[in-house]
Amino acid sequence: MKSLMTGNEAIARGAWEAGVRFATAYPGTPSTEILENIAGYDEIHSQWSVNEKTALETALGGSIAGLRTLCAMKHVGLNVAADPLFSSAYMGVNAGLVIITADDPGCHSSQNEQDNRNYAKAAKLPLIEPSNSQEALDYIKIAFELSEAYRTPVLFRITTRLAHGKSTVAVGERVEVEPREYVRDVSRFVLMPAQARACHIALEDRLAKLEDYACSTQLNRVEWGSRKLGIICSGVAYHYAHEVFGEEASYLKLGMSYPFPKQLVRDFAAEVDRLVVIEELDPFIEDAVRAIGIEVEGKSLLPRVGELDSSIVARAFGKADDETPVPEKVTGRPPMFCAGCPHRGVFYELGKLPVVITGDIGCYTLGSLPPFAASDTCICMGASISAGIGFQKAFGIMDPENPRRAVAVIGDSTFYHSGMTGLLDAVYNGVGLVTVILDNRITAMTGHQENPGSGYALSGQTAPEAKPEEIAKAFGIKRVATVDPYDLAQVKKTLEDSLADPHPSVIVSRAPCALLKRAAVRKPPYYVDQDACRKCKVCLKVACPALYVEDGKARIDAAVCVGCGICAQVCRFGTIKQIEKGGEN
Amino acid sequence: MARTTSIMLAGVGGQGTILASRVLAQLLLNEGHDVKMSEVHGMAQRGGSVTTHVRYGKDVDAPTIAPGQADFMLVFETMEAARVAHYLKPGGTIVANEREISSLPILIAREEYPDDIPERLERRGIDVRWADAYSIADNLGNIRVENVALLGAFSTVLPFAEDAWKKALTQVIPERHLKINTAAFDKGRQLGKK
Ligand SMILES: Cc1ncc(C[n+]2csc(CCOP(=O)(O)OP(=O)(O)O)c2C)c(N)n1
Repeated sequence: MKSLMTGNEAIARGAWEAGVRFATAYPGTPSTEILENIAGYDEIHSQWSVNEKTALETALGGSIAGLRTLCAMKHVGLNVAADPLFSSAYMGVNAGLVIITADDPGCHSSQNEQDNRNYAKAAKLPLIEPSNSQEALDYIKIAFELSEAYRTPVLFRITTRLAHGKSTVAVGERVEVEPREYVRDVSRFVLMPAQARACHIALEDRLAKLEDYACSTQLNRVEWGSRKLGIICSGVAYHYAHEVFGEEASYLKLGMSYPFPKQLVRDFAAEVDRLVVIEELDPFIEDAVRAIGIEVEGKSLLPRVGELDSSIVARAFGKADDETPVPEKVTGRPPMFCAGCPHRGVFYELGKLPVVITGDIGCYTLGSLPPFAASDTCICMGASISAGIGFQKAFGIMDPENPRRAVAVIGDSTFYHSGMTGLLDAVYNGVGLVTVILDNRITAMTGHQENPGSGYALSGQTAPEAKPEEIAKAFGIKRVATVDPYDLAQVKKTLEDSLADPHPSVIVSRAPCALLKRAAVRKPPYYVDQDACRKCKVCLKVACPALYVEDGKARIDAAVCVGCGICAQVCRFGTIKQIEKGGEN
Repeated sequence: MARTTSIMLAGVGGQGTILASRVLAQLLLNEGHDVKMSEVHGMAQRGGSVTTHVRYGKDVDAPTIAPGQADFMLVFETMEAARVAHYLKPGGTIVANEREISSLPILIAREEYPDDIPERLERRGIDVRWADAYSIADNLGNIRVENVALLGAFSTVLPFAEDAWKKALTQVIPERHLKINTAAFDKGRQLGKK
C-alpha cells in the first residue's frame, strides 16, 4: 500500500534514494522538516547551519569536494543566500547540488510572499517544481541527475501546500553514488574577473542546452483533453486547474519552467483555441509566453496575491454558479505567548518605556501586538540591531542634546543568524544602542531547532555552546548584563541602567522556552485570592492564556498555569499567590 | 470525474486536531481511497486557529477545500465553528464540540466570548450536531482524549463500519494509550448515534 507523506518527507526520502551524502539548512517554515527528516537517514550527514548563506556555501563546498549535496531553506532565506547562489551558477558543481526554496504564497508564516521562481531566471539556474509528494520524491532524483549532467546547481521550488500537504507516495530504494574526484580548477572555482567572464559565456551556453532538455524532459508533459482551452501551469496550481476543468481542457504541465521550453510552448499553443496560464503569485510563465509573441491570458483573470484554490480558479473563468460564501464575523484568535513564556515579562517592561523598539523575527514578534504593543518594527532576520543603529543615529542627528533612545530586541537563533554583524557595527560606529538578546536556548518559532547557543546539534549530539555575553565582550562592549526574565524588577532596573549609558550595551535575558522539554521544571500553579481581588484587571496586561476574568474578577486556570509568577509580580495588591504543595486549590 | 469528498477539521492549537486527522486519513487509505491532507503550521501554533483539510476519492486533485465545498466538518471549539462555517457546502454536516476556549481579545477583557454561535449557525441553515466531548474525556479521567471522543461522535456521519475506525485507531495510536482512546471513541460514537 502507498503511504501518505508530506512534500517535505518525500523530498527527504527522494534525497536519500538519490544517494545524497550531505545536507545543510537553516530552519524556516515551511522548509524546516526537510532537514529534520533527512537527519533520520544514517547515510546522510546533515547539519543546521548558522544562516542560509553559510548553509549554501557549505553545500557548494561539499558538492565541489565530491558529494551529492542538498541545501534547504525558506523563500526569504534565499535572499540571505543570494550571493553564493549567483556565484554557484557561474562556477557550476562537481557532484550534484540541489537547492530547495520553500515559498509561502498566502504568507502563512512569513514576512512576505515573494516568488522565488524569479531567482532561477536572475541567477540563471534550472528550476524544477513538483505538484505533489510523489513528484517531489521523483523529481529530486531527476534534479540530481540533471545537476551532474549539466554541472549546474538546480533550484527546486516548493510551496507551503506542497511542503506541509500530505499525498500518497510509492517509495523506491537508495542508489549509492560514488563520490566524484575533486580536481583543482581555478578557471571556474576562482571567480576573478577574467575567469568570471569566461564562466558567463559557458553559463549562457549551458542555459541554451538546458532549454533543449526542458523541451524533451518527462518533467514537462502535455495532457490532451478538449483543445478549445489550453492551460499552462506548474506546481500545485496544476491540481486546482485540473480539478476545475478536468477533460474540458488540455494541459501543458511544466515541472521544469526555467529555462523556458519555448518550442514546447509554441507547439502546444498551436494546437489550442484559447491559451491561459494558471499560476500562483507572479506571472512568471505568462510573461515568458508573451515574450515569444504568443497571445495568452493569466493575471488579467487570476490574482497575483495569495494562494489559489479551486474556487478562485473556477470563478475567474465563470465556472461557478453560486456566490462566494460570506464568512461569519467572529472574534479573532491571534497567536499569543504561551503560559510561562520567558519573553512575556521582558515585553511587559519594555512596553512601559518611552523608547523605540526595533524588533525582529521569532516568537517574540508577538511583542508588537496588544496588550504589550512594545516593538515598533520587524523587517527581516537580524534587522533589529542594524535598524536600531539607524534609529539611534538619526535620533542623535536630529536632537544631539537629548536624543530619543532605541532598544533592539532579538532572539538567540536570530542573533547568531545575522545579529552579530549588526552588533559589531554598533560598536565600530560608536552607537549607544541597547540590545536585548532573548536567549530561550532554542529556535522556538519554527518548532525547536538547535542553534549554536543551545548546546546540541541537529544529530542530537552535544555541540559547543556559544555565549552571547562573551561575543558582546569580545566585540568591545563594556556594559553586558544577564537577567532572569521572570524577575521583573531586575529586568526593569537593568533596562534603566543600560539606557543611562551612552555607549552600546547588551542585556541577555536567559531562560529556556517554556515548551522545551529537556529544561522543564514543574512549579505549582498560582491562584487569585477571590476575596482580595479588586477587579483592576492590571494582571491582564501580561496576556497569559491561563488568566481570565469571571464576574469581573481575575481567575487562573490551574491546568494551564505553569507557575512562572509574572502575573503575581504585576498585581499591586498581592492577591495572586502560588499554591503550596497540597494546599489551596 | 470521480467525486471527491471533502472533510475539514478545525480547532485551536493544542487540541489534538492533527491526531484526529491522522486517524481519519489512515481509515481512508485502508478503505482504498486516494487521499490528500493539508495543514498549515507556523503562526497557527501558540494558541491560534488551526484547520486541516482532508479530501478523498478516486483521484484527488486540489489539496485544499475551497469555501462552500466541505461535505463534512469536525470542529473542536464553538467559536471556531462559526469561523469556518462558510466552508460548508449547502446541505453539509458539522459535528462540533461544545467547548469554549477564550482567545486573546477575550482573555484581556477587550471582547466577550460570543454566546450566540449556535443561533448564528442555525440562521445560516446549517445542520450542526453538538457533542460534549470534554465531559466524556473528563469522566474517563484524561482530558487529552477529548479529540478522539469527538472523532467517535463524528464517525457516525461517514459511511464506514465501526471496525474500520477501530483498525485505524490501532494503527495510529501508540499501544499504551490505545485502551483509553478506544473507550473515548466508543462513548463519542454512542453520542453521535443519538
Ligand atoms: C532569512 C530567514 N530565515 C528563516 C526564517 C524563519 N524564522 C523566523 S524566526 C526564526 C528564528 C527564531 O528563533 P529565535 O531568534 O531564537 O527566537 P524564538 O522564536 O526562539 O523566540 C526563523 C528561523 C526567516 N523568517 N527568515
